[in-house]
Amino acid sequence: MEIFGISLQGLLSQLLLGLVNGSFYAILSLGLAVIFGLLNVINFAHGALFMMGAVVTWMAMNYFGINYWVMLIVAPLIVGLFGVILERLLLRWIYKLDHLYGLLLTLGLTLLIEGAFRSAYGVSGLGYDTPDLLTGGTNLGFMFLPNYRAWVVVVSITVCFATWFVIEKTKLGAYLRAGTENPRLVEAFGVNVPVMVTLTYAFGAALAAFAGVLSAPIYQVSPLMGQNLIIVVFAVVVIGGMGSIMGSILTGLGLGVIEGLTKVFYPEASSTVVFVIMVIVLLVRPAGLFGKEN
Amino acid sequence: MNLKNLTALGYGLLFAGLLLAPFFGAYPVFVMKLMCFALFAAAFNLLLGYTGMLSFGHAAFLGGAAYVTGHAIKVWGLTPEVGVLLGTLGGALLGLIVGFFAIRRTGIYSTMITLALAQMLYFVALQAPFTGGEDGLQSVPRGMLFGLIDLKNDLVLYYIVLAIVVAAFLLIVRTVHSPFGQVLKAIKENEPRATSLGYDTNRYKLVAFVLSAALAGLAGSLKTLVMGFATLSDVHWTSSGHVVLMTLVGGLGTLSGPLVGSAVVVLLENKLGEVGHFLAGVTNIEWFNTLGESVTMVTGLIFVICVLAFRKGIMGEIIAWLARRRGAGTGK
Repeated sequence: MEIFGISLQGLLSQLLLGLVNGSFYAILSLGLAVIFGLLNVINFAHGALFMMGAVVTWMAMNYFGINYWVMLIVAPLIVGLFGVILERLLLRWIYKLDHLYGLLLTLGLTLLIEGAFRSAYGVSGLGYDTPDLLTGGTNLGFMFLPNYRAWVVVVSITVCFATWFVIEKTKLGAYLRAGTENPRLVEAFGVNVPVMVTLTYAFGAALAAFAGVLSAPIYQVSPLMGQNLIIVVFAVVVIGGMGSIMGSILTGLGLGVIEGLTKVFYPEASSTVVFVIMVIVLLVRPAGLFGKEN
Repeated sequence: MNLKNLTALGYGLLFAGLLLAPFFGAYPVFVMKLMCFALFAAAFNLLLGYTGMLSFGHAAFLGGAAYVTGHAIKVWGLTPEVGVLLGTLGGALLGLIVGFFAIRRTGIYSTMITLALAQMLYFVALQAPFTGGEDGLQSVPRGMLFGLIDLKNDLVLYYIVLAIVVAAFLLIVRTVHSPFGQVLKAIKENEPRATSLGYDTNRYKLVAFVLSAALAGLAGSLKTLVMGFATLSDVHWTSSGHVVLMTLVGGLGTLSGPLVGSAVVVLLENKLGEVGHFLAGVTNIEWFNTLGESVTMVTGLIFVICVLAFRKGIMGEIIAWLARRRGAGTGK
């Protein structure tokens, strides 16, 4: 079966790949939005934390033989703990300053982290095998579905919606949202805001690392794998606006799909299409698709 | 000696030093490269330090202009002055486009927009046929200035670059002290108030953006002329980060800061290996020998230190110290 001269199989597999990328955009932009909401810091280091998740997973397999499933839990914990250290030691000194210092500090941290991993592992990709349980694929009749990619999409979307649920529908989330609106008032009600801030950063870092673990068998694991990704995620954040959790999720997934489709119809533009969309959104709706005008 | 005389003395010494540098064993190409980065940082500071807009896309103007100049001279066979002029105009045009979108949002969003648009240009440069992709434009000839003066001689080019950079720097000084510059400062301090005073702040911001981009473009064009190539590394976002670092180290919102900062950063990156060997010799720690390969980490570390403990930068601290001392001297 063909559509516009492109086989349905090819179209669907690119669509799936787009969804996979979109899942990563969604998880990362979600983390960025949550961190920005409470800390007022644009976390440039998000790409580096994503990379750490993947590299730590690779290291565990390579040096200790610890498998993928364990690392799916352990890697986010390790990187989350690293996030706690970063926040306690460095980030908390700059909350009262202009936003730009937060960006610059996390940029410096990115260079430090990536530089450290680069001096240990170089820039070439490290291979990571797909876990046995998810190798191969399923024939759906109209397309061949690689199991691992399907898994990534399903688990990412689940995690995204779980995060949405926690933030929008639970008491803990209510504290978080209140802290975003007015931290001093929340503190007056007896909530320990500094601890909440630390945990929020750790949570964002853990989310990024989780995406990193998921990406390890698909992308080449390399110290620089987060570098270009973070800039695309910035564009996603500008397009979606950071006001809404659901907005981040939908924008991330949607842009991944559009990118995948572009790869089919006009491959030359696939690396720039997100930025083009950003330009169009800025012209039509400067506050972003889900952002609030102020 | 009062602050004004001291400043004049400082600039005078710097200028004299640059005039005489080639006769005291300085390698002209290296000093020219330094001057290009100094101009780049000064142009960037015009935007961040005096208008309060953090552009993270200045690599696009530096690198874009470098490609335009390289292409104009190498492929179209134009003379160097036309090539540099076209490069500068190219930088200004890119600045107009990026600035137009960047000022639609404020603060950190605006920064992310500049970063994203510059990254887009990076991908264009990676794929477009006229940039030479991964290889970049190699062996761009320097040619004859006005068809008369042969620029192959490093010393001749050195003084021409020096003259252009000094002129561009004076333009920046003039802009900062002009009524236009005062409006920019007002926007930086309090944009709503500037608006309420009747200034069309968006127009001022856009003009500042274009001016800064044009001067960054001039720096990129000169760099192509000096080095003889234009490559992807100039358009990569790390180059934008680089110029932020230079400005931050030297001192945000000070005229001399970017000059000092760019010198410090470029020298450090070039001499880091030697510093490492020296430290290894002194401390017997083997690891320091590899310091030259860890430029990224050292850059990151400087960023972290600057943001946490040294936000005024070198010149900012010196100026503040002089002001304090003068205040103490007069009993204020």
